[in-house]
Amino acid sequence: MSMTTTNDLIAERPAKHRFGGGDLIGLGVILALAVIGYFLFPNNLALLTRIIAIALLVLSLDLVTGYCGVATLGHAALFGAGAYAAGIVSAHYGINDPIAMLAFGIVAGAIAGLICGAVILRAHGLPQLVLSIALIHLFHEFANKASSWTGGSDGLSGIAPSALIGLYEFDLWGRTAYVFGVVLLVLVFFILRLIVRSPFGMLCRAIKEDPIRIRSMGASPKAALMKMYIISGAVAGVGGALNAISTQVVGLDSLSFTMSAESLVMLVLGGTGSLFGALTGTIVFMFFEDVVSAANPFHWLTMVGALLIAVVLFAPKGLFGTAAAFVARRREAK
Amino acid sequence: MQPIFEVRNLKRAFGGLAVTNDVSLSMAPGDRVALIGPNGAGKTTFVNLVTGNLVPDSGDVRLGGETVTGIDAIGRVRRGLVRSFQVTRLFLDMTPAEHVALAVLQRDGRSGRLFGNFLAMPDVMDEVGQLLGKLGLRDLMHRKVSEIAYGQQRLLEIAVALALKPKVLLLDEPAAGVPQSDTGRIEQALADLPADLAVLMIEHDMDLVFRFAKRVVVLAAGAIIFDGSPSDVTQDPRVREAYLGSYANASHAA
Repeated sequence: MSMTTTNDLIAERPAKHRFGGGDLIGLGVILALAVIGYFLFPNNLALLTRIIAIALLVLSLDLVTGYCGVATLGHAALFGAGAYAAGIVSAHYGINDPIAMLAFGIVAGAIAGLICGAVILRAHGLPQLVLSIALIHLFHEFANKASSWTGGSDGLSGIAPSALIGLYEFDLWGRTAYVFGVVLLVLVFFILRLIVRSPFGMLCRAIKEDPIRIRSMGASPKAALMKMYIISGAVAGVGGALNAISTQVVGLDSLSFTMSAESLVMLVLGGTGSLFGALTGTIVFMFFEDVVSAANPFHWLTMVGALLIAVVLFAPKGLFGTAAAFVARRREAK
Repeated sequence: MQPIFEVRNLKRAFGGLAVTNDVSLSMAPGDRVALIGPNGAGKTTFVNLVTGNLVPDSGDVRLGGETVTGIDAIGRVRRGLVRSFQVTRLFLDMTPAEHVALAVLQRDGRSGRLFGNFLAMPDVMDEVGQLLGKLGLRDLMHRKVSEIAYGQQRLLEIAVALALKPKVLLLDEPAAGVPQSDTGRIEQALADLPADLAVLMIEHDMDLVFRFAKRVVVLAAGAIIFDGSPSDVTQDPRVREAYLGSYANASHAA
């Protein structure tokens, strides 16, 4: 009888679990798109940086919605918390180092994640959705009322980030901000790939499928979801801080229900439960919005609506999810 | 021998109806006990009280000498009281390897780790391979659970339970819904359960009960009416009355 060693078991693991290959391709695609974007739209780097900031919000939403099955229409609260924290420390406390501003954004996002998680995770399904809507309105109203700190409806201005690592000034064309954004996105994406494949990522996928079963395995679904909410908040905080640093202004729209709903739309468009899906959805939605709103400023929302209906009807797994399923089927057929 | 699992005077009523009525039961390590009873006897309520999914009106549940009545279901699992489900509750999008690995990691307090993949953890994969191998699921370890047969899913339920290294295992109809051709595999798995593990099996299939159990407990109308050897159970007049009574009522109702 032949003995099976652990090495044999590891060697025969399926391709999708192998490290390296897929990640490197993914990172390669992100960097290639970033370079292409830089040369294709040299006068529109601000839009590209904005896309990156929103992509971070959608990735963050994917962590709780796509991987854990939490329904939320209030996720911009985490993004806005990060944006306001980064902006406030610069505008009111003179902390202008972009890395320090980023750190404040991350911490504020994580704290907002903790608060939102503590409230939202008390319910399931529709009540959960309603709680999330209530939360985003509360956050919005709080930012509106605390105008001495946030600038209220006028927005928070006076944000003046200093040179990045003391070398690269944030220029008028937005080159430094763009490169900063790309680096942040690559770093966050890499870390999230590790997390979603880790034991914790596996635990969250299991919770999404059957929380009662997880309890009978001795794990607390609520504790795990809270942890994911905090991680998600930190990621959204990165996006918010990037937005504050790159635009040097923070408005109430970064804490709005509209932004929360749009981020969910982007996630569904790209495909939930996949980091690539979150990225695809953001890029497609924001480009579509930019191009169509320029082409037809009166009816662009109708066209966005039509695109969404088409995706939901014909590609229910989202653009990336459907493409990935198609490729997988072709591979199996071979 | 010191009991590993004890239930003392457990009571629970729903709206005046005593569904669990002063039940006491004790098990030692290595015990193989079958809990049987006609429909509506209160078996499910009993399991829920024992696992911590229901709070008793009075009485105690003790595990390894510790009173766990006030401890929730998760805490009881962590102390070694593990159950399997009558209808499989598995994660359909995940693989058998992921199921067992998750149980192993959870048991060792590593399920919250943010980095590293279990496939690259030799100690975890060793255990996953061994457990799935013992239950004949090794070749399917990387298939999605939704793609494997029901009988194999039942075996995976047992594998997940064993991966948690329980002291007391509650098996809720482990062979329910399994085609005749696959029951042999499940019976073998039951026969191969660790010798020091205390097993309480809730089962309707009397053939399986007689082959597996060294002791049979009969629950009727929320109370234990028999606790003894399998050879005596069919001769006991109260047991016959409980079963025949229920059949008689059933035929009346029909």
